[in-house]
Amino acid sequence: MTSLRFTEQPLSEWMSRGGNESEIVMSTRVRIARNLIHHPFPMLSTNQQSEEILHLMEGVLSDEELKQFGKLIPVSMNELEELDKQILVEKHLISPNLANESRNGAVFISEDESLSVMVNEEDHLRIQCLYPGLQVQEAWEKAARVDDIFEKHVDYAFDANRGFLTSCPTNVGTGLRASVMMHLPALVLTQQINLILSAVSQVGLTVRGIYGEGSDAIGNLFQISNQITLGQSEAEIIENLYGVVLQIIEHEKNAREKLLHESRLRMTDRVMRSYGILSHAAIIDSKEAAQRLSDVRLGVDIGLIESLPAQVINELNVMTQPGYLRKQFGENLSPSERDMYRAKLIREKVGN
Amino acid sequence: MQCQECGKRPATLHFTKIVNGEKTEFHICEACAREKGELIPGTSGGFSIHNLLSGLMEFHPGFQGQSAQTKPSEPLRCEECGLTYAQFSKIGRFGCSSCYKYFNNRLDPLFKRVHGNTVHVGKVPKRIGAHIQAERKIEDLRRELQDKIVQEEFEEAAAIRDQIRELEKKCSAESN
Repeated sequence: MTSLRFTEQPLSEWMSRGGNESEIVMSTRVRIARNLIHHPFPMLSTNQQSEEILHLMEGVLSDEELKQFGKLIPVSMNELEELDKQILVEKHLISPNLANESRNGAVFISEDESLSVMVNEEDHLRIQCLYPGLQVQEAWEKAARVDDIFEKHVDYAFDANRGFLTSCPTNVGTGLRASVMMHLPALVLTQQINLILSAVSQVGLTVRGIYGEGSDAIGNLFQISNQITLGQSEAEIIENLYGVVLQIIEHEKNAREKLLHESRLRMTDRVMRSYGILSHAAIIDSKEAAQRLSDVRLGVDIGLIESLPAQVINELNVMTQPGYLRKQFGENLSPSERDMYRAKLIREKVGN
Repeated sequence: MQCQECGKRPATLHFTKIVNGEKTEFHICEACAREKGELIPGTSGGFSIHNLLSGLMEFHPGFQGQSAQTKPSEPLRCEECGLTYAQFSKIGRFGCSSCYKYFNNRLDPLFKRVHGNTVHVGKVPKRIGAHIQAERKIEDLRRELQDKIVQEEFEEAAAIRDQIRELEKKCSAESN
């Protein structure tokens, strides 16, 4: 098999374009779930039925209008190495579910990796748009345009009362999940995070840590997303999320200022220690790497470190994941070898 | 309904047995059920009506407070994909889009709990929305066509038939 372009580069092209509020909001993701009528959902699909779904969806790829989003490249899970799947998950281009559980699962990925369309995941179709920074409206509009194109060709399961019908009752209605990935180190340091998080859950939104499902946020990265999909219009969902994220950004900014103002020396010490460790360590595990990278990112954002572009840290967030390391340095790395190569990679990127 | 075994007492137990896709329906009274209990093939330990009953009661909290004479109904099931409501509530996933139709009466409380709402107010797909409307129009015209034929107004019937063909052509062209 030829090498898969999407697993060669750690950073998706779309990530390098900057974006609004990019010092706190790393990325925006919108996904919509759709299913076809008269076909069982993927959970109950036979091999033949899921093949048929894939065939129907692949047929849409030749649509002229779709070309405005760049070439969409189909990637079948059946033909993919475990390692490549893992990297696609680490880059958020596919879900763990599609990688591990799907029958005839596939993904269509645009060349800049900002659009990924999953087939035979939990639902027949999952259209996902990724944007750098805070761009919820933009991401929704693009996903909706892609949605319209698919709708021209395939028969969606739609009910006038319940809306778009999905496999999981938590997605029914709009099928829309909009989420924003935020770096909130100052709210964590000042112990305000739990207050914010519980407030957020009261307005129909949920918060998750980034890598890993629990609320255990590695590297102070949090994903805020809408929980409600039924009984609110897409516009309401998007506005609600956007409004709340703006408020969290305000709180994070205030907390950063307060930290700088009241304990500049300790902040500088913390940031510079982490910078030093990343520049010189010979062994580092993924958890420590994520924490140190968070410190250094904060240092860059508040001007304590000037020589390091924020982009490098975005890149390292993906490069220090287990899948990417194994891809670079060999599949059979032992955990301790992995920690060694991780440290080496970070040294080379941060040290210069 | 009379018991299909003794034909004397009213049938109070109704259940469906599916073995290798073959569906058998039972409508029997409690006395016959007790006798038949041993005869109905099931799990290795033997099939017991009482196990079935208690299983049903455990599952539907609404049944618990009621007397044992209450009719247990056969499990609620989606007729398109075969998923039962019990399976649905266990795994939390629908099997196909028709499950929404067959389980419709039970879904409001669930949606209320998850979303605080029960009715969609967002996007309506363009083509399917139009498609549904066109299909309704065709159905109306077909009924009209029947009437005209019955009334032997063939000229008008032919006009309606052409109209139907036109609409059907449009529908299938759009979906290609």
